[in-house]
Amino acid sequence: MTTQNSSQRPQNQVFQENPNFDFALSRRRKWDRIFAIASWTAVIIALTVLVVLLVDVFIDGLPRLDWTLLSEFPSRLPKRAGMKSALVGTIWLMVLTAIFSFPLGVGAGIFLEEFAADTWYAKVIEVNIANLAAVPSIIYGLLGLSVFVRVMEPITGGRGILAGALTLTLLIIPIVIVATREALRAVPSSLRQAGLALGATPWQVIREQVLPLAFPGILTGMILALSRAIGETAPLIAIGALTFIAFLPPLSPEGLQTPFTAMPIQIFNWVSRPQEEFYTAAAAGIMVLMVLLLLMNGTAIWLRNQFQKF
Amino acid sequence: MNTGSSPSQHSPRNQMWKPNRTLNKWVQRGVIVVFGLFASISVLTTFGIVLTLVVDAIPFFQEVPLADFLFDTEWTPLFNDARFGIFVLISATFLTSVIAITVALPLGLLSAICLSDYAPQRARRWLKPGLEILAGVPTIVYGYFALLFVTPILRTFIPGMEPFNALSAGLVMGIAILPMVASLSEDAIYAVPSTLRQGAYAVGATKREVITGVVFPGALSGIVASFILAISRAVGETMIVTVAAGQNPNLTLNPLVSVATMTAYIVQVSLGDAPAGSLAYKTIYVVGLTLFVITLTLNVFSFWFVRRFQQKYE
Repeated sequence: MTTQNSSQRPQNQVFQENPNFDFALSRRRKWDRIFAIASWTAVIIALTVLVVLLVDVFIDGLPRLDWTLLSEFPSRLPKRAGMKSALVGTIWLMVLTAIFSFPLGVGAGIFLEEFAADTWYAKVIEVNIANLAAVPSIIYGLLGLSVFVRVMEPITGGRGILAGALTLTLLIIPIVIVATREALRAVPSSLRQAGLALGATPWQVIREQVLPLAFPGILTGMILALSRAIGETAPLIAIGALTFIAFLPPLSPEGLQTPFTAMPIQIFNWVSRPQEEFYTAAAAGIMVLMVLLLLMNGTAIWLRNQFQKF
Repeated sequence: MNTGSSPSQHSPRNQMWKPNRTLNKWVQRGVIVVFGLFASISVLTTFGIVLTLVVDAIPFFQEVPLADFLFDTEWTPLFNDARFGIFVLISATFLTSVIAITVALPLGLLSAICLSDYAPQRARRWLKPGLEILAGVPTIVYGYFALLFVTPILRTFIPGMEPFNALSAGLVMGIAILPMVASLSEDAIYAVPSTLRQGAYAVGATKREVITGVVFPGALSGIVASFILAISRAVGETMIVTVAAGQNPNLTLNPLVSVATMTAYIVQVSLGDAPAGSLAYKTIYVVGLTLFVITLTLNVFSFWFVRRFQQKYE
């Protein structure tokens, strides 16, 4: 029987009889090496740019990095220009944004994950959140300009800190919601069932059992969301944050309504001036901003590592 | 405590065992309603965006015919002789975005492959946070880098390059969106089960053949989704192009001259003092609406693509 014969033949004989079959191992291995080198090159290019960027900013900004940068108000004179009002403005914005976005984002996250999972309402909101992630941040600025600056002017006082913080809140709420849901999902469901079996209501279980365990994860997501907000420039420009602010907002409810500036806006202002001395100030400002960012990210990573238990 | 006391007499100890269940139920309901309202904020945000953009765009189109808006070749809304050809801005956005994604897509995808298949665990621990930092750098910092580091270097090579140009802004923007492509593609690559790879190795494929022939098609929907998100990020990116590409409305695809993207125009008007309600002021909403329509279209396409081509593995 011929079929039996052919299956008993040694394998290499099959390949020898088929002249079209070519292992071409050396050519294939060569392409393998090229591909591996290309993929390593891509990562190395990306990280080299990061290092070059940081070194460039460091070299440019070092001469200007002194106490006057933080203690002086903006000035027409590059030597005396500082970012005191910008730093204070950024702190105000971050504190307010955190106060607004934490309850809203965490509450919405709890609702979507614990109370309304797999309902049509939750699905609509999920699609919405995915959509909002792709909306350019400057569009949020236009939304803030219309709603918080113009429509809600009696409350926000127009182009004030409150309008800025509310705009940033809308921008980062989707991030907080997603982080909250992930943190809640990581809590084992046996804990919830144990609580429910003892007669607690779902909210009691969440408040007493689930939230304490999910809290580090939520906090990490919150810090990462704020570190996104701290570098946002475009939406604040769109709602009309000023660049020349030579006073600090009073620590009172009226302070919420005062015009403001923030660090990225101050940096933008310095970069867009023609004098070269202002570029140095911009680089020094970037260093301050990057240090703040690294501190926030470092805290987030530290928290994540501290509490990675289950 | 117990002798002689009838069941109707409540001792303090017994009362402790009567939790206020009605109150708890009301708290439960209240929490659900309040948190449900919080969740509705995302829907309200979407409605708010559409509403504000459309409300301010309608009066604009009552003054400027749609044909002029689409087919005029000049964009001079702040001049006395105002012209409103949106394609001047769209061409600039297109130009910078194309340059950016030419950098970001191949480098991002190759980085994802390197992280998932080539980098050993020890290297991954350093490379991934590095890319995360790159993703976290504020865009204004990239703008500074493009204007004051990349442009001067490019100008020594390319004579006739203007101080503000689309090339330098696009290249740096490509680096800025690279980490997003890398991390989303890597997630997609991770979702391809290892049994598929082992099967391919078993029939004698090399590592590259496994990646390009098995892993890549298996992760295609996720990779394409990451590409589309990157494109939509490039289209909406603001500060890099504002700082480094200039604010000169120019109907051109020449990457060496100053152009004004849609986002840069919005910033330009926001910084100036166009009085509220004027036609120039309304243009930022019209440009914003155009921008929103473009990114929304990309996003809807991405949803459709993922749903149509997603491979389901157990």
